[in-house]
Amino acid sequence: MFAATDLAALLPEAFMLGAICALLLIDLFIDQSRRGLTHFLAITSLVFAAILTLRTHGAAGGAVEPVRAFGGMFVRDGFGDLLKLAIHAVTIGVFVYAKPYLKSHSLFQGEFYVLALTGVLGMMVLVSAGNLVVVYLGLELLALSSYALVALDRDSRLASEAAIKYFVLGALASGLLLYGMSMIYGATGTLDLAQIHAQVAVSYDRTLLAFGLVFIVVGVAFKLGAAPFHMWVPDVYQGSPTAVTLFIAGAPKIAAFGMAYRLLEDGLAGLATDWQPMLTLLALLSLAIGNLVAIAQTNLKRMLAYSTISHIGFLLLGLINGTPAGLAAATFYAITYAITTVAAFGMIVLLSRSGFEAEEIEDFRGLNQRNGWYAMIMLMVMASLAGVPVWVGFMAKFQVLKAAVESGHLWLAIAAGVFAVIGAFYYLRVIKVMYFDDPATTEPLALPNDMPFRFVLSANGLGLLALGILGGPLMAWCLEAVTR
Amino acid sequence: MQTWPLLSLLIWVPAIGGALVLATGNSRPAQARWIALASALLVLALCVPLYNGLDAGNASMQFVERHAWFPAINTWYSLGVDGISVALIGLTAFVTVLTLVGAWEVIEDRVHQYFASFLFLEALMIGVFCARDALLFYVFFEAMLVPMFIIIGVWGGPRRVYATIKFFLYTFFGSIFMLVGLAYLYMQAGSFDLDELARLPLSATEQAWLFFSFLLAFAVKVPMFPVHTWLPDAHVEAPTGGSVILAAIMLKIGGYGFLRFSLPITPDASQEHALLVIALSLVAIIYIGYVALVQEDMKKLIAYSSISHMGFVTLGTFIAFALAREQGNLDAARLGLQGAMVQMVSHGFISAAMFSCVGVLYDRVHSRMIRDYGGVANTMPWFAALFVLFAMANCGLPGTSGFVGEFMVIVASFQANIWYALGAGLTLVLGAAYTLWLVKRVVFGEVANKNVAQLKDLGAREAWVLGGYAAAVLLLGVWPKPLTDLMEAPIAALVQQLLLGKA
Repeated sequence: MFAATDLAALLPEAFMLGAICALLLIDLFIDQSRRGLTHFLAITSLVFAAILTLRTHGAAGGAVEPVRAFGGMFVRDGFGDLLKLAIHAVTIGVFVYAKPYLKSHSLFQGEFYVLALTGVLGMMVLVSAGNLVVVYLGLELLALSSYALVALDRDSRLASEAAIKYFVLGALASGLLLYGMSMIYGATGTLDLAQIHAQVAVSYDRTLLAFGLVFIVVGVAFKLGAAPFHMWVPDVYQGSPTAVTLFIAGAPKIAAFGMAYRLLEDGLAGLATDWQPMLTLLALLSLAIGNLVAIAQTNLKRMLAYSTISHIGFLLLGLINGTPAGLAAATFYAITYAITTVAAFGMIVLLSRSGFEAEEIEDFRGLNQRNGWYAMIMLMVMASLAGVPVWVGFMAKFQVLKAAVESGHLWLAIAAGVFAVIGAFYYLRVIKVMYFDDPATTEPLALPNDMPFRFVLSANGLGLLALGILGGPLMAWCLEAVTR
Repeated sequence: MQTWPLLSLLIWVPAIGGALVLATGNSRPAQARWIALASALLVLALCVPLYNGLDAGNASMQFVERHAWFPAINTWYSLGVDGISVALIGLTAFVTVLTLVGAWEVIEDRVHQYFASFLFLEALMIGVFCARDALLFYVFFEAMLVPMFIIIGVWGGPRRVYATIKFFLYTFFGSIFMLVGLAYLYMQAGSFDLDELARLPLSATEQAWLFFSFLLAFAVKVPMFPVHTWLPDAHVEAPTGGSVILAAIMLKIGGYGFLRFSLPITPDASQEHALLVIALSLVAIIYIGYVALVQEDMKKLIAYSSISHMGFVTLGTFIAFALAREQGNLDAARLGLQGAMVQMVSHGFISAAMFSCVGVLYDRVHSRMIRDYGGVANTMPWFAALFVLFAMANCGLPGTSGFVGEFMVIVASFQANIWYALGAGLTLVLGAAYTLWLVKRVVFGEVANKNVAQLKDLGAREAWVLGGYAAAVLLLGVWPKPLTDLMEAPIAALVQQLLLGKA
């Protein structure tokens, strides 16, 4: 049924699958003292997957024509490629950041890498899905890996609790999504997103479609962590080992955004008038709940969880208007947000030592006096999250606001702006704790003896500044990727 | 015309200097100071070719640089200056040098971060005055908050955390509406270019909304009554250098914003709502003048005095409408605008000098309270002489720079409406009252306590700083022509533009 060209389109995914299997085997035969090899191989396979994605990106060169492989099951287009590259890049950062933490918390096992790479494979499938079944396949691959990762530290009660919560609520969301998909199938008679797109325009069974849509939107909102379907986010972020939170907080948001794009834009664009108000409501609630509740947090991981919810609100704003400008804004937002948030968790890893989690905001007290450089990196991360100009977070926020204004949602843009100001407060508080308060101890910070870690973290922080100044090409790429 | 990208140099020299200063680390303060001073002096030196190369008779933008920045949203790294910008860039470069010198030995804790913050601030402030792209302007405008936030929060007084967070959130909140306004303008014009936005036809309703979004952003920055409450807190808690930059330059950016955004982009709405701004300006001038009178904290008094003086800037800017469009009195309109601009520069010097004076006293006695002083003239005669000079300038004494701007604005407002002039004129009385009373209580009289008796007069470094300000105040007071010449052409062009209006 399929030709060699089908396989060519699938090359990065096929490579990733092979790499995972190989890694699983290799890891069995190396002892703990040489576990660094697993780490190295995991990163290498991500680099190769990224190279393969790039090499086959628009194989003929020039503009990328979407390739539909396996009878439309799998779509290879500029959008998917861009997201895949971002997922690879962010996950490489995650692996580098996670290593010192895993080592100091006796979690440095091959399973972490294998599970995370399986998750990456799931994400790659997800953002390239051209069929409802493939969407579900990718999603579950990602989700099941994530559940297992959260439970990785099996002696931690908090982590086990988080894993159970994550699993139960995640399974519920998957069920809802599947239920919605079945209704869409019932109304259109197809699982193929492109055909659904065509069918929606002519289908007379609007009721069934609308029902299906509601369930799909709920499922997507669950996976993104948009309010009011956000309850799992804070507990999972806080309960997971920081290395795992790192993973969950970064790339899967990009993938979830990709899923939303595939389902709503590729498949159900004809129902835009129906899902736009739903997303508007989700966006507003996420902005409000995320920003307001974050103010009350004292635990940094939990605060970042609520901050994620508010950022998802912004992301949805870009998605609401289906214009290329809006979608490009949302894509840019998703990618830059993932880059920023892994740096924030990287800072938590930097401060944590064996047996000690630096996850309270108080743990950053007086950081500037103990280590001015990393205090500055954290300052950049917080400023970017707050959306202060020069840092990339501002450009991302502004684009989204611009898209909202252009689609006529002026009040929504103003509300989002006001919530951004409210949100600035709790990011400022972290800066305040680092710079204005005196540390409990003045001894210099004991840094992890891991040069790649320090280098990547510094580059990541400074990169937020660089992207804010020189991010034009990335933004142009996002626009190109969503222009069809 | 030029081979060097002069404006980019003006922005990036202090930015890179700041990065270098940061790189020296905490253990080598001397190195940090000298690198910082060298960068600031280099910026000041770069102002010379800027001034010489500027064709002051030409109202159009000069030294233009234009590079694509975020092409996907058609925003450009677009720089250009006219006489008004050049004057304010010169002010920035001058005050920054003196601020760094003023902080030389005073700051002992984390010297490199302190000096670097000021260099970053300088880069961003110069950027604001050069930006010809609305989004670029906004980026510089907002990014300034971060270094200032750090300066107040780290080196400030006891309530610094409250003051700096209030400062940050207030300004951040004010400008978010401007950002939405810019997004709306982009939707209409497809560009952020300020010249294109000025040409863009807009209906009266659109203009009104945009006008208020700009007003909120700039009124907070100026600050205008009733959104001024962050300023006294920020000033009181900020270290001397922070207060100086805040008063001398950051407040001016609000006035500059009115000139570059509100007037050209929303001229009709500006005219319609000019009365509101004028009323608020008069309230600032008179009511805040009274508030200044009762202050017991020297810094707070000067902070309120700043608000009151900035009222002249907004007054002079917005009477231009009544004059130009309702009475056709173009000369007076130009005079008002020019007075406003002269007042900005002059107040930059005077407020910087006043805050530096308070800094000098604070470094010795560690108190800002007026009641802790008295008879300072007996122990610090040189200081007293300079302080009295600045106080006189603050009252608007002829021969000092304070007189020129206020006089021009009052003369112009006389032709607009005699009541405006009377209200504005009151400040000559009020300003004299609170300033001279301050001088009387602090400088003159018997030596009040043993702290004052032990005071040492100005050191060489302080003498340089205050002497520099004194020279500027006097020079501008007796010979303002170079400054007014610089601004003449762009202001005349602006008035012409106002006459046309939109829609």
